[in-house]
Amino acid sequence: MQSEWTKMRSVRSTTWSLVVMFALSIGIGILATATEASRWSHASLSDRLLFDPTSLSLTGLLFGQLCIGVLGVIVMSSEYGTGTIRATLAAVPNRSMVLAAKAAVFTTLALVVGEVISFLSFYIGQGFLSGSAPQATLGQPGVLRAVIGGGLYIALLGLFAMGIATIIRHTAGAITAFATVLLILPLISQALPSSINDVIARYLPANIGVVMMTVHAGFRSDAPMFTPWVGLAVLFGYAAAALLIGGWLMSRRDA
Amino acid sequence: MIEARGLTKRYGDTVAVDDLSFEVRAGQVTGFLGPNGSGKSTTMRMIMGLDKPNAGETRVNGQNYHDLALPLRDVGALLEAKAIHPGRSAFNHLWALAQTNGISKARVGEVLDIVGLTTVATKRAGKFSLGMGQRLGIAGALLGDPGVLLFDEPTNGLDPEGIRWVRNLLKDLAAEGRTVFVSSHLMSEMALTAEHLVVIGRGRLIAEMTVSDFIAQSSRQFVRVRTPQCEVLTRELQATGASVVPEEDGGLAVTGVPAAEIGAVASAFGVVLEELSPQAASLEEAFMELTHDSVEYGASEPSRPGGGSTADIDRLIPVGK
Repeated sequence: MQSEWTKMRSVRSTTWSLVVMFALSIGIGILATATEASRWSHASLSDRLLFDPTSLSLTGLLFGQLCIGVLGVIVMSSEYGTGTIRATLAAVPNRSMVLAAKAAVFTTLALVVGEVISFLSFYIGQGFLSGSAPQATLGQPGVLRAVIGGGLYIALLGLFAMGIATIIRHTAGAITAFATVLLILPLISQALPSSINDVIARYLPANIGVVMMTVHAGFRSDAPMFTPWVGLAVLFGYAAAALLIGGWLMSRRDA
Repeated sequence: MIEARGLTKRYGDTVAVDDLSFEVRAGQVTGFLGPNGSGKSTTMRMIMGLDKPNAGETRVNGQNYHDLALPLRDVGALLEAKAIHPGRSAFNHLWALAQTNGISKARVGEVLDIVGLTTVATKRAGKFSLGMGQRLGIAGALLGDPGVLLFDEPTNGLDPEGIRWVRNLLKDLAAEGRTVFVSSHLMSEMALTAEHLVVIGRGRLIAEMTVSDFIAQSSRQFVRVRTPQCEVLTRELQATGASVVPEEDGGLAVTGVPAAEIGAVASAFGVVLEELSPQAASLEEAFMELTHDSVEYGASEPSRPGGGSTADIDRLIPVGK
């Protein structure tokens, strides 16, 4: 575990991914809330009814999720890409242990970063809304859950990306696969007849993320969704499945 | 001590390592020789528990690699140059490895010192030259102060001074009683470093013997003679049972009699000698001849011992056992 932490903190890509993630997430949160604050006086009644200041302030996380996914991929695939994996596995022949240590360290990092960004986005966003539009406080029903959910979503999604990278082992391939699941599948799903979309949509990680970060669940989507906690469980299932398959392949394949 | 027993590795239809058995003993440098693609690296990866053999097994100090609790303290290996994240510093690379086996930070500094990378320890390894990458790999192998060391082509990319440094390092490590197993495709390099040889071709064992036996056995020993009276000398030497083959530049390649006897014959018949020099075929040639056979015969169906060049190989194998 210490070793994995040394590896993670000692390369620039980790720092840069996280810096970009901070900037994107919080920056876009600011943009979204500031825009909303300025146009609130012209907003229609239905817009006002559906207004969810919490999820609006967390909009940036939908961009931050790309960064954590890329980071999740490269912490694993860079070992294969550079050949470091052979040194790692010679030092620790138990491959499940290598994967478990890496997953634990990365999840901790992603969770801490995710929660910090989520809470920062929330407070900064509410600050921009205050005065001109309704704002949320953590005490309101569902708000704390949504803000914590934002960080949890980031951590699990990153772990899922790491699992994909363990299976695919190539940076470009794994990032493509991750982006396909996250961004392309929702587009395809929406293009399908709504009878099919209604069944699929709730399983898509991106939709689960939106639900987890939303206080007024269900309002934003036409298709039925899981509740936040069920969504969390499903997402956890994805990450676990990807890691288990990756771990199984890792112990079978030649390094 | 490294042992391989019946080691076999297939990639699809290709047999990379074929029923390979050998032993590498402590206290000496053992060279692992074979042409490119003969299965040296694959064998080393199997010893390190990185690739799974299809059949057979390897043992290090009598144990399977996967059963070693802190493997870096028993076995160190340089498997490929620059197998390191280009964005990570040499120090952090080694420190991450050290942490997995309970090795101290001080030891990381020590091995960086041994390989002469202390001044660039905090620089990103992506900027390293191939030679520096090799030195870093060697530092990684030495990290746990292990009794068994594997080096895959350690002199690749090193300048002459670096090559000499590696040579001395390998000898010193062996002199300390460690098991040192070094692969190379250059016989000449091994002749200077190793005492024992494991030679493979097409994944099969061709020879396991001492370097001095290998040199003595190299079949192309002859005496080069140069004289203005070629015809007389050829006739008289052939009369003693020697075989004489004219060389392109006018010299004679004589086999079957020692140089001293050639001198005596020349003197007896009043032949003036301009050159009389015993020649050993270069080790490289002997090695290539040896492995060429294996390549040739490995390509067809399994050959039966006793035919053609395999006889030479059979003759070579028992020596040094």
